[in-house]
Amino acid sequence: MGHAHSNSGPAGHAGHAVQPLVGHLVAPWILFATGTALIILTMVTVAMRYVDLGEANLFIALAIAGVKATLVSLFFMHLRWDRPFNQLMFLGGIVFVVLMMAFCLMDTGQYRGAQFTGNPVDVQAVLDRDAPNAPIAAKKSPDLP
Amino acid sequence: MSAHASHGDHHGTQGHDDHGHGGGHGHHNAEYPFLAHHFETPAQQFDSAKLGMWLFLVTEVLFFGALFVGYAVLRSRFPDVFKYASAYLDTTMGAINTGVLILSSLTMAMGVYCAQTGRKTALIVCLWLTMAGAAGFMVIKYFEYTHKFHVHLVWGEGFYKPVTDDGGLQRAELSSTAVVPLTPAQTTMSSGAVSAQQAATPSFVQLPAGELTAIAPPAQGPAGMAPEVIDAKAAEHAADPSTHGHEALHLQDASMPPNTHLFFAIYYAMTGLHGIHVLIGMGVIGWLIVRASRGDFGPKYYTPVDLVGLYWHIVDLVWIFLFPLFYLID
Amino acid sequence: MTTLPARPAAPTYDTPESDNYLIHDKGFLSWILTLDHKRIGVMYTVSVLLSFLVGGIFALLVRTELLTPGRTFIDADTFNHFFTLHGAVMVFLVIIPSIPAALGNFVLPIMLGAKDVAFPRLNLFSYHLWIAGAICTVVSLVMGSFDTGWTFYTPYSTTTSAGGVVPVIVGAFILGFSSIFTGMNFIVTIHKLRPPGMTWFRMPLFLWALYATALIQVLATPVLAITLALVAVERLANIGIFNPAMGGDPVLYQHFFWFYSHPAVYIMIVPAMGIISELIAVHSHRQIFGYRFIAFSSVAIAIFSFIVWGHHMFTSGQSPLMNTLFSAITYSVAIPSAVKIFNWICTLYKGSITLNTPMLYALAFIILFTIGGLTGLHLATLSTDVHLHDTYFVVAHFHYTMMGSALIAMVGGLHHWWPKITGRMYNDKLGMIACAIVFIGFNITFFTQFMLGSHGMPRRYYDYQPEFQTYHVISTIGSYIMAGGFVLTAMYLIQSLVSGKRAPANPWGGATLEWECTSPPPYYNFHEAPKVGEPYDFSNLQWDERGEGYVTVKPTEAKA
Ligand code: HEM
Ligand SMILES: [Cu+2]
Repeated sequence: MGHAHSNSGPAGHAGHAVQPLVGHLVAPWILFATGTALIILTMVTVAMRYVDLGEANLFIALAIAGVKATLVSLFFMHLRWDRPFNQLMFLGGIVFVVLMMAFCLMDTGQYRGAQFTGNPVDVQAVLDRDAPNAPIAAKKSPDLP
Repeated sequence: MSAHASHGDHHGTQGHDDHGHGGGHGHHNAEYPFLAHHFETPAQQFDSAKLGMWLFLVTEVLFFGALFVGYAVLRSRFPDVFKYASAYLDTTMGAINTGVLILSSLTMAMGVYCAQTGRKTALIVCLWLTMAGAAGFMVIKYFEYTHKFHVHLVWGEGFYKPVTDDGGLQRAELSSTAVVPLTPAQTTMSSGAVSAQQAATPSFVQLPAGELTAIAPPAQGPAGMAPEVIDAKAAEHAADPSTHGHEALHLQDASMPPNTHLFFAIYYAMTGLHGIHVLIGMGVIGWLIVRASRGDFGPKYYTPVDLVGLYWHIVDLVWIFLFPLFYLID
Repeated sequence: MTTLPARPAAPTYDTPESDNYLIHDKGFLSWILTLDHKRIGVMYTVSVLLSFLVGGIFALLVRTELLTPGRTFIDADTFNHFFTLHGAVMVFLVIIPSIPAALGNFVLPIMLGAKDVAFPRLNLFSYHLWIAGAICTVVSLVMGSFDTGWTFYTPYSTTTSAGGVVPVIVGAFILGFSSIFTGMNFIVTIHKLRPPGMTWFRMPLFLWALYATALIQVLATPVLAITLALVAVERLANIGIFNPAMGGDPVLYQHFFWFYSHPAVYIMIVPAMGIISELIAVHSHRQIFGYRFIAFSSVAIAIFSFIVWGHHMFTSGQSPLMNTLFSAITYSVAIPSAVKIFNWICTLYKGSITLNTPMLYALAFIILFTIGGLTGLHLATLSTDVHLHDTYFVVAHFHYTMMGSALIAMVGGLHHWWPKITGRMYNDKLGMIACAIVFIGFNITFFTQFMLGSHGMPRRYYDYQPEFQTYHVISTIGSYIMAGGFVLTAMYLIQSLVSGKRAPANPWGGATLEWECTSPPPYYNFHEAPKVGEPYDFSNLQWDERGEGYVTVKPTEAKA
């Protein structure tokens, strides 16, 4: 039940500060620690650029970004102390993006390297005759594999 | 109404209807002047607002998410393009901007803390600092963009237009005209109408958008701007004294992979959308500053600060991904 | 909880006319600036029905043109514009907002026992966005309209010479946000504004359905918004992301579009199923069979609907791997739909059915949705879809689901809640006749299209082989019959507003909360807190001759 209780919990680490009527108070030191960690991670990720690990570079960069995003959402956005349903919705949104990305990449991956290099000759002949200006009427480009 | 009357005796048996459906409407709550009539308690109102905001953030995640999917698909199709073109972005500026946004997120989070604990002046200071961060971000972005416009690191056909002495292709020019590649034969036919600038680029003709009913068919196939064309242009460039000394390096680079313009298309789409969000953020932070100065916020009521804070953090969060994905390839 | 200041004594409400939401305030502004969910619901209903009229006129024009091969009375280009307008108006302006925004807005808070939705201002803003979206569509018409089909496929949509593409895309973008905000509002309302006693499993099934729908609205619609924004930018600035001539990827466009638009078909059908659950239970006066199955199947459909979009792309150049995956997953989505059908039939079985207009619409829904859903399975099968894709078979399929199911449920729901909304009874005889005419006309129109499609008639074609003409003529005649049914409906509904009998609080014997308040409901929904009971427990309801409605007999009273 929504209004039976608020999500204000005992915020022990906030010490003697005035308590808000609702919501959660996050102590400044946590916020500053988070900010510092974010800046350090930014430096790390920039530095990683100069280390060549091939494909792994992308994944390391994404992992660092993921850690940063987690820090932002847990502490800056108070998600760590928020209602489970809010956490679930946020995660759910990300899951759906990942799902969409996975499916689209799976599809694109099937064609990796197989670039479209023009219509088959017979198709092109018909297009040249009937629809010479159609945007899809592609000349076979000799410059592609 | 008989059906209704038969319910009369339920009245009062419900613990909560004292504040509830009877006469709660219309009157103003003295203790919580901010409490809307259809809520029972401040906690309920706060929880509702918070859930609503999180749902909105979910829509933001999906809104940007689709563009991230587009990015992923393009990158997986043209890995070389992304490796190559990322070098044209200024990592230092990107990194500084990341730092600026993170700091402004920190000041925003501190702002929420100050509002929660009733520190009015500190809250206003935090909000101004956040605003300054946002503005700083946009200023840096502005310099990045104008520089790129200047050297034609743009989307679409503009990418392949050589830079000329009159300062290159301006942003306004880009959006109001469409550059249509034509076959040499067509160019000859219409060459009477083209300006000196266009004459330097015989394979493109500029048309005012108004006249352009349909984008004319491209000379090249679906694979896009074929490298040989670019080579030809680069050569033509080198021969043209008016373009010397300008920085449109990509046009002189024979190693540029085909479809490099797509990198910039998705770059502008994503950073542009992000920039719009920063601008909107500045607007709402400004609104918070006005309300905070009026003394609207305190430990009892700080919901708007909290919600705008959440919005601002998600803007930061998106940039945290944009930065490595665009600036830090290789 | 804190003590609130004493409130003014509750006014007495003896007759429904003494105060209700319709007469509480007067004047045009009191409507278009209202924060009352009931008025917003009514305004949505009126707007949606007007759009339905517009979309319907385009449909009749399209069908009339198809009476003969070649030109009948409009040229090919106009034809393209008309079928596009028909589709876009019906999808974006009519069906998507019809149930959640129109009926849902009116019913949801009352059914829940709440005073309003969680964010009344946002709710009004959604409606204003809807109006803005409709205006954009009109602007598009003025600027040369659009001929892209409602799907806006690239690269055609980015290259067509029709002048109104960008305005209508802006309109669809705005309508998307209208839909998102409605969804957000509903989720928060259901989570946070349930009164004591209204547990999740005491919620009427319509609320479960609206909840599931709202989840889809929030999760899917942003993707449509950004996709359309990209198309607009592509048209204006030629960025090339979707343009194959510039190395872009039109299949990516289709992934984006269907990532929204398949879930969108569930934005249409899930709330329709919710209405049918109410209609079947109330009008057969029987505890709904398998409450939890129906409730969870709504949520299951909502989630599964996100991973089947590729079944629209079997012939678009999607890879064989994804085709296979999407085909398989699509089958699984049919399961929760079937669960519902079986549960409704079990509810009807041995129920004491009152055969009135809402019930007739519910029965029509079950038949039409069964046909629509089953033909979906033909389309989900790869080998048959290669043959049937982009033929009239698909047209028939989605009209059975969108019109025969979603819209029929909307009309059924309108009849069910009409007494509550307007305080008037309509002529039930005429209602049943009109329903029968619509049902017959609908089947004549669209069943023929299954035949047309399986014989190979492509959709969206202006011209056709002479051997298809018989089917086309039958189909067009059917559409006229259907239109006649809707005209009749409009007539008796308007007549009921003028001279209909006063509606009792509970004309059908429903046990959900909206039947406990007067018809039309008072401005604040309930004079006193409603007692939340089981939504489908009809045992305490008795027909009362004097009031010509049902009254609640408390078990204690009955015993005494
Ligand atoms: C019960 C399960 C369902 C299945 C298995 C199913 C399956 C399919 C498939 C495979 C297609 C693609 C056909 C093609 O283009 O070749 C399709 C098209 C379509 N379906 Fe369904 N469907 C179902 C229910 C629904 C419902 C409930 C609705 C709407 C309320 C709906 C609306 C549509 C629409 C609008 C299209 C065509 C879109 C277009 O191309 O313009 N379907 N369906
Ligand atoms: Cu589908």
